[in-house]
Amino acid sequence: MDLHFGDSKPTDEERAAVDALLGPPQSSWEGADRSDADLRWARGGREARERRDLLLPGLHALNDRIGWISEGALDYLCRRLTVPPAEAYGVATFYAMFSVRPRPATVLHVCTDLACAAAGAADLCAGVEARLGAGSGVAVERSPCLGLCERAPAALAIRAGDPARTAVSAPATVESAVAAGGAPGSADDEPPAVMAVPQAGDPSLVLLSRVGVVDPADLDDYRAHGGYTALRRAFAIGPAAVIREVTDAGLVGRGGAAFPTGRKWQATASQPDHPHYLVCNADESEPGTFKDRVLMEGDPYALVEAMTVAAYAVGAHQGYLYLRGEYPRALRRMEHAIGQARARGLLGDDVLGQGYAFDIEIRRGAGAYICGEETALFNSIEGYRGEPRSKPPFPVEKGLFGKPTVENNVETLVNVLPVLTMGAPAYAAIGTAGSTGPKLYCVSGSVDRPGVYELPFGATLGELLERAGVRERLRAVLLGGAAGGFVRPDELDIPLTFEGTREAGTTLGSGVVMAFDDTVPLPRLLLRIAEFFRDESCGQCVPCRVGTVRQEEALHRIAERTGAAAADDIALLREVGRAMRDASICGLGQTAWNAVESAIDRLGAYE
Amino acid sequence: MTVVPLGVPRRLIEFTLDGQEARVPEGSTILDACRAAGKDVPTLCQGDTLTPKNACRVCVVEVEGARTLVPACSRRAEAGMEVRTDTERARHSRKVVLELLASSVDLSTTPGAAEWIKEYEAKPDRFGPDAARVNEEPKVDNDLYVRDYDKCILCYKCVDACGDQWQNTFAISVAGRGFDARIAVEHDAPLTDSACVYCGNCIEVCPTGALSFKSEFDMRAAGTWDESAQTETTTVCAYCGVGCNLTLHVQDNEIVKVTSPHDNPVTHGNLCIKGRFGYQHVQNRD
Repeated sequence: MDLHFGDSKPTDEERAAVDALLGPPQSSWEGADRSDADLRWARGGREARERRDLLLPGLHALNDRIGWISEGALDYLCRRLTVPPAEAYGVATFYAMFSVRPRPATVLHVCTDLACAAAGAADLCAGVEARLGAGSGVAVERSPCLGLCERAPAALAIRAGDPARTAVSAPATVESAVAAGGAPGSADDEPPAVMAVPQAGDPSLVLLSRVGVVDPADLDDYRAHGGYTALRRAFAIGPAAVIREVTDAGLVGRGGAAFPTGRKWQATASQPDHPHYLVCNADESEPGTFKDRVLMEGDPYALVEAMTVAAYAVGAHQGYLYLRGEYPRALRRMEHAIGQARARGLLGDDVLGQGYAFDIEIRRGAGAYICGEETALFNSIEGYRGEPRSKPPFPVEKGLFGKPTVENNVETLVNVLPVLTMGAPAYAAIGTAGSTGPKLYCVSGSVDRPGVYELPFGATLGELLERAGVRERLRAVLLGGAAGGFVRPDELDIPLTFEGTREAGTTLGSGVVMAFDDTVPLPRLLLRIAEFFRDESCGQCVPCRVGTVRQEEALHRIAERTGAAAADDIALLREVGRAMRDASICGLGQTAWNAVESAIDRLGAYE
Repeated sequence: MTVVPLGVPRRLIEFTLDGQEARVPEGSTILDACRAAGKDVPTLCQGDTLTPKNACRVCVVEVEGARTLVPACSRRAEAGMEVRTDTERARHSRKVVLELLASSVDLSTTPGAAEWIKEYEAKPDRFGPDAARVNEEPKVDNDLYVRDYDKCILCYKCVDACGDQWQNTFAISVAGRGFDARIAVEHDAPLTDSACVYCGNCIEVCPTGALSFKSEFDMRAAGTWDESAQTETTTVCAYCGVGCNLTLHVQDNEIVKVTSPHDNPVTHGNLCIKGRFGYQHVQNRD
């Protein structure tokens, strides 16, 4: 690889930001001043290229310190990692949170997604934009779902610096959002994570039992509340038995695809190729989903323990936690928890004195819904554009760095703890025969008590909405987020199980339950969903890249039309939607038309 | 004499292709099997010298038991597979993909596009006059070749040819995301400020004419480009000892373009700047 660099030089601050991550450069091959020794030795090559996965952390380091990524800064980072500048530019421009053009140090992300739109995000946005115009030192960006739906409308301020500061304003008013943008460091503290759990204190809770009960910063408190009993049991019974327990418990993935977890683990554990990797998918970006955030903020050690159990079962010694870039508090909590666990011998070379080595590295996303797709997430960690790979080969065979990899969602992993502490039969007794265990639901929209709810599988949609205090004049319920589907208010007897929702022709997805009353025009919501998919399509395959644009255009045309006036465009939507579902590479394109289709067919959106 | 590597003997895979028994060597793709059986499956991002990205999705076929359609160019044939290439479902996706492409980029110089649009009865106009287009101006920033991204379908072939599949120069990448994604050098700079070595191997693989010789671009603009009046002569490059094959495209006794045979076992269609662009001295008549 013969790299070619431009003439731009990094500023001292940019250089410091990169060096803080990578250490000072060892030679001029890595960007230091040239010395005599450099003329005798060529350094770099394979050793440098194997650090390619530090590209995304490097871009974060620059963006955190400076607020944007200049030519000189990108070139310097490329020199340090032996990455071609064109590729690094392709990666930097892939993520919504990065900018390769100068911008103010503070960026205020105002959520305009479904729950926030229903809670008046349009007025909030207009008000904030009017107050924070050019010269205010704050760039206002309209953002997809920030995962704060229980406190809609939401805004997130990020101020670059050393360290970067963040502030969340939710529920936001123009006043509070502007204040957060003006001084992120001094904004009011966020309410504790337990405020998002209306059932807190209920003794029947399994997954959420510790949220609000334990101090999320205190490892001893976690251990005093049953922490690390699952890992002890895992070590006692051995990896094969752990996988058997998880299989017998009937645990399936909670990220949306509902794949049997035990089968995934078994397939990875039996791969002869090594090393094996464990990846926790905490890139929770499905509009309306915030359960993983609440778990990580309220009970971070549970995820650390669950990852350790999973890694032990599949024979992995390195785990990656790919955490959504828009979750600053979850990042702090998880960093702290991992550090504490490492200091106390619960991570590291000798976990619990059992001679088993395991450690966790956190990787931050940077604003790309597509990176929640498992193979796109691998590419993102590896320092490439977060584009999905084609399958087969599947991750259990060739995943992260081309090695056998288990990737699980946060909620899935946290379920492993009760599987081990209760035992598979007791766990499998919760829920229904086809969907076992407890399930988290993210309830938001037109309800009095939005938040994360835990119910055993099998409860009906009506029971869940009743608990959340659904308001009058319910018009529609969105299940599964933007990739899910709408159901009518007269379908509240749908059982919330994988098989029950499938039978009803809808999906449970990641557990989003968003209620809408008739104050929000349905076509506006559909248009927002279509905008979301257009913005978040990675652009790799034609059906999704152009199809999502055509879908949005058609929905725009019929926003104010009904009946025969909309019929032609609805026919067009069906044809494009069918091709997106059939021919797209990954789940994003395949599901981009689901919600719109369900609104047309079930709700009669344009009749 | 050309030495053809025989390789390790490969097992034959048996599967069903449109109801007929098909036998292909292990590792073959469904597309290989289709072509061996004389079936026509349209392709854009697939190329004979590259591993396809399977991004265009115009070659999708139906495989029994699969939830979605699969790209014939990348999916390997498996024993017992039941593949159908010409079902209504596959034809529908191909039609829509062609419509989506033709409504967003200029396919006028894409070989095969017009025929496929006719065959699949695609109607790109039905997205209306306001349908978003890529809308790029040709980038003419050097004397050798032109990048007209208004014709680019983002097949990734140029990126792969410039990168680790052939040239290892890594001068270009896909930048941006979604409909705004474009092929670009770093910071969207002109080519002359990039790592480009002007080997032109990206032009060789471009399926749409988005990348073309400056000579071809100028002649098309002047209306003098006439492929029917061109002859193609394959010869050996005289610059160095490697002995790459060049195919000279000659119109009116002028070399207007240079390509290289893709089946050449040494170069696989790749050349360097000298072979690709260094032909002016041949026709310097002063």
